[in-house]
Amino acid sequence: MKILPGGVCEAGTTRVNKTGGWRTFKPVYDYEKCIKCKLCELLCPDSSIHPKDDGFFEFDYDFCKGCGICANECPKDAITMVLEEK
Amino acid sequence: MKSLLAPGHRGCAGCCDAMAAKFTLMGAGEDCIVVNPTGCLEVMTTPFPETSWEVPWVHSLFENAAAVGSGVEAALKALGKKGNTKIVVMGGDGASLDIGMRSISGAFERGHDLTYVCIDNEAYMNTGVQRSGATPFDASTTTSPAGKVSFGNPRPKKNMPAIIAAHGSPYVATTSIGYPKDMINKVKKATEIEGPTYIHAHAPCTTGWGFDTSKTVEVAKMAVNTGLWPLYEMEDGEVTKVRKLGKNIKPVEDYLKMQRRFRHLFSMEGGEEEIAKIQAIADKNIEVYGL
Repeated sequence: MKILPGGVCEAGTTRVNKTGGWRTFKPVYDYEKCIKCKLCELLCPDSSIHPKDDGFFEFDYDFCKGCGICANECPKDAITMVLEEK
Repeated sequence: MKSLLAPGHRGCAGCCDAMAAKFTLMGAGEDCIVVNPTGCLEVMTTPFPETSWEVPWVHSLFENAAAVGSGVEAALKALGKKGNTKIVVMGGDGASLDIGMRSISGAFERGHDLTYVCIDNEAYMNTGVQRSGATPFDASTTTSPAGKVSFGNPRPKKNMPAIIAAHGSPYVATTSIGYPKDMINKVKKATEIEGPTYIHAHAPCTTGWGFDTSKTVEVAKMAVNTGLWPLYEMEDGEVTKVRKLGKNIKPVEDYLKMQRRFRHLFSMEGGEEEIAKIQAIADKNIEVYGL
């Protein structure tokens, strides 16, 4: 990583820190139940839910900390939290 | 909508600050400069030499965030580069209601064109849950612990939106991270209005308040639905819009029992009377704002 004088950092560089290892429970996404409301993408505090070209979503397990907000708020219960197995 | 806060930040799982910052950036848009005093948000997003921010960002001290914001605005104007660039100051409740109060008052009195967003998680979470001016009545914190002689914080929450409105701000609004669209729209509106505008965002903290990481949004919504955190907009000092609750008003117990910081109210002798006092605070909000 390049360090610039004056304490200036390059934008978005925390991406080198993969926080997925913090996770205890992992969100699993059911395509059948999803109505593409985009609420999970909007709420995710780790910006780890990304839309795909078909309007459905995929989870970025490199950064997802497994907080479970997406599963708790999903209006169609399309997301369930399962114990992470390493 | 694209997130302008990159992942990899060190916020706790279910972090309210990360959500508040994400929504604020969605409302302000890419053409903004963020000033961020010390606090959880600053510490977790910028472990040098990394940063989560995808917009220009300046760190200030606890006490001078609004003054730094004023300086950024004045400098851009002096250089003729202000254009549509928004100046957004994002501070926690400690940095806003307690330590940075003086500089906020100065910035609003001088009338700089900036938007101040207070992310209110109701205590000093970064340093270990110490009481702040935003801590609600009877909440247990490490400096207002509940115990044999105390039910927790003995003082009510400071009414910061009213203080800012008294400065003659053209736009003051309360919002909550439980209602992201409300927050994004209010931030957008605030940044588009010329002059010093203020957004006070209620943000439940999983670590400091003691609830499961998945409940951040649920707790935030419950604060609004009990009337303890009314959502309203003030233009030129007058309340112009209120989010009505109608028949959905919940008793304050429903909100209190979700959180560890209020659990003593359900186990200590005399807890019921204390809950009645908190219900009275909600009832007063319901009456004053016509929820």
